[in-house]
Amino acid sequence: MMMFAGLKWILLGLTCLHMAQAVEPDEILSNKDLESRARDISQNLRCLVCQNESIDESNSPLAADLRALLREQLQEGKSNEDIYQYMTTRYGEFVLLKPQPSGSNWLLYLSGPFFMFIALVAMGLYVRQRQMVGIKGHAPLTEDEERELQAITSQRDSKD
Amino acid sequence: MVGCVVAELGHFALILASLVALMQIIIPAIGVFLMWPKWMHLVHAAALLQFFLTAIAFAALTQAFVQSDFSIALVANHSHSAKPLLYKLSGVWGNHEGSMLLWVLILSLFSALIVWFGGALPIRLKTLTLSVQAAIASAFYAFILLTSNPFERLAIAPFEGMGLNPLLQDPGLAFHPPALYVGYVGLAVSFSFAVAALLLGEVNAAWARWVRPWTLVSWVFLTLGIALGSWWAYYELGWGGWWFWDPVENASFMPWLFATALLHSATVAEKRGCLKSWTLLLAILAFSFSLLGTFLVRSGILTSVHAFATDPGRGVFILAILIIFSGGALALYAWRGSMIVSDNVFAPLSRETALISNNILLVVAALVVFIGTFWPLVAEIIFGRMLSVGPPFFEIAVTPFLVALAMLLPLGSTMPWKTASTAGLRHLWWVFLSAVLCGTVVLFLDNAHSTLGALGLALAVWLAAGVVADLAKRAGMGRGGIRAALWRIFNMPRSEWGKSLAHFGLAVTIAGISAITAWESEDIRLAETGDQYQISDRYALRFDHLGLVEGPNYQATRASMMILKDSHEVAQLFPEKRFYPVSGMVTTEAAIEMGFLRDIYVVIGDSQADGRVTVKAYIKPLANWIWLGAIIMSLGGLTSLLDRRYRLASVGRSRPRMTPSPALER
Repeated sequence: MMMFAGLKWILLGLTCLHMAQAVEPDEILSNKDLESRARDISQNLRCLVCQNESIDESNSPLAADLRALLREQLQEGKSNEDIYQYMTTRYGEFVLLKPQPSGSNWLLYLSGPFFMFIALVAMGLYVRQRQMVGIKGHAPLTEDEERELQAITSQRDSKD
Repeated sequence: MVGCVVAELGHFALILASLVALMQIIIPAIGVFLMWPKWMHLVHAAALLQFFLTAIAFAALTQAFVQSDFSIALVANHSHSAKPLLYKLSGVWGNHEGSMLLWVLILSLFSALIVWFGGALPIRLKTLTLSVQAAIASAFYAFILLTSNPFERLAIAPFEGMGLNPLLQDPGLAFHPPALYVGYVGLAVSFSFAVAALLLGEVNAAWARWVRPWTLVSWVFLTLGIALGSWWAYYELGWGGWWFWDPVENASFMPWLFATALLHSATVAEKRGCLKSWTLLLAILAFSFSLLGTFLVRSGILTSVHAFATDPGRGVFILAILIIFSGGALALYAWRGSMIVSDNVFAPLSRETALISNNILLVVAALVVFIGTFWPLVAEIIFGRMLSVGPPFFEIAVTPFLVALAMLLPLGSTMPWKTASTAGLRHLWWVFLSAVLCGTVVLFLDNAHSTLGALGLALAVWLAAGVVADLAKRAGMGRGGIRAALWRIFNMPRSEWGKSLAHFGLAVTIAGISAITAWESEDIRLAETGDQYQISDRYALRFDHLGLVEGPNYQATRASMMILKDSHEVAQLFPEKRFYPVSGMVTTEAAIEMGFLRDIYVVIGDSQADGRVTVKAYIKPLANWIWLGAIIMSLGGLTSLLDRRYRLASVGRSRPRMTPSPALER
């Protein structure tokens, strides 16, 4: 209920205190491509000692170490996949902010499409039923009525 | 001394309020089922008395905070005599116990408003609604009195309080919780109306019209509350993040999605008599998700040991409330829901279908947020996997549904009820073309650097131009001259204006989100006084001065920086790094040069041994549009609320001006 959107930050202020903040100038790689890949990867890795924060945003020393580590690996020529793999073996899948699409996690990934499918089927049936009510419930209009209706609707349309 | 007595009075008033609420559940409900008018009418006095007593309790607690009565544990733990008055006041709800008291205060206020403005409601519906309101209130009175008593005393009162966290001492955050609470509690009203209607077995177009204003109020405040929280995070946390998909944020986003769906489905129920049963279900679900949010935050179940106000006893209590109310209402729905039949016909291509699609997309998005938020828990308990679900997941899993929603919006909102023709959508061609044109131009100017950014802006143009095209069509431009067109447009019902405004606001927000996500630039480096360097293609930064500043309750390192554009001085900025000795906390105070098209956002970090300082400078394009859009959406909601047909006092007196012939109605 207390929707302090940033409460975690307050706690962070307590747990991840006394240090510099997030990405520091001395960490940045001179190679721009590698650096942008590094930023990309660090946004997908969780700071393990903070709450729900990526190592890109975190001020904790552990996050700083991980940022340095992944930059080292990038410079060694490792691929993004290699690095995620390395981090996962070292810290468990907890470190990934985007869960691996594997095993039980498919339930998570397919939940959206699944709900959407169910909803579309239900909608299709409902919309069809709404039309059927019309067909079953009422006798078709006679030609005169049809003409009258046409007149009324065209008159109304021009008013709109 | 007087203060002590007042606090005791507050406690006593709260206990009395809970007893009044119990009476308000039982006696009027008996009156409704036995048709005893006198018993039914008791509900009015009970609701007003309950509000009065809760207001006394809240006033007493406020007085304790203002007077810094540290013999009350809550005040001692959360306040400080040297705090400015505004933060003493916001301290009342800046904690668990006080915030729950605010919750019941707003709930009882809404009940009182139903009494005051619901004059024309059928007496049985009104009575039962107020009974259900009282049932919810009773549960929360019990929760407060048994697990979270704000008036608890300390045996020995300390001389000074512990203070409020410095990050929370902020005007944005002072009003963020009350705004959200009005939102959540407003959904309780829709819930109560739905349960009452199910108990009575009557849902008609009038019911939908009565529920809608309350949902609108709640939606407006939810929108503002979420925007305030996001804005606070943006300027306070030090790098300008504005949404984190944090469980606590998701807890407010899910009810917002449901409330939005409810607003739209209630329109169908009101205007066309379809989707009545679905609207009831949404009303139940929207409030259930508010309660779920309460549970999520209060129990700390998702946030491990450090969670704010972690206390398993409270968590279990709220879970019980959630199960009883949501479970009870859903069971009632399963039992009685089928009694509610809709009898109207519409074609597959019609506004009805469009609004059903809207509902589907909003609800599916909300469910995905729900599953994503709870997945770490499920994975750990059921599958034994310790994992995280963070922003990268939500971005790919939720955004597509919201984008689809925005893509359908201009089509749906311009379609007529019952049956639409593709010919009727022809005027959207130029809207579509302008969106494509805008996207192409942006892509070209941007050197195809960010396709998503261009698509996002194109989507925003599609929405905004769609609104304009819809208005132009309604005005009948080209028919009967400009004056007639203007006359038509200014005589549009206010709810139509509200709809246009809200949709336009969404376009503005989407533009802001797209631009800031795609084209934010940052410059991070070590700098010292005297340095001048480019922070982007257009802006340069000159580091003029670095000094120590003594604040009222902090010490700060403050930098003075000049932002230059083509060697003209644009703005002077003073980013700070503050140290609060009482709490031992360090905070960064970003300096922001706000602009309509971009924010320049500067933060300083730690000083190095050689005297240089980390300077981070961000250019955030269209940043303010995110919140500006939310404000426009809220204004849309308010405008809609002022529509003649929702004037609560006149409900029931207003008659349809013309009765369409049966042939037309079918």
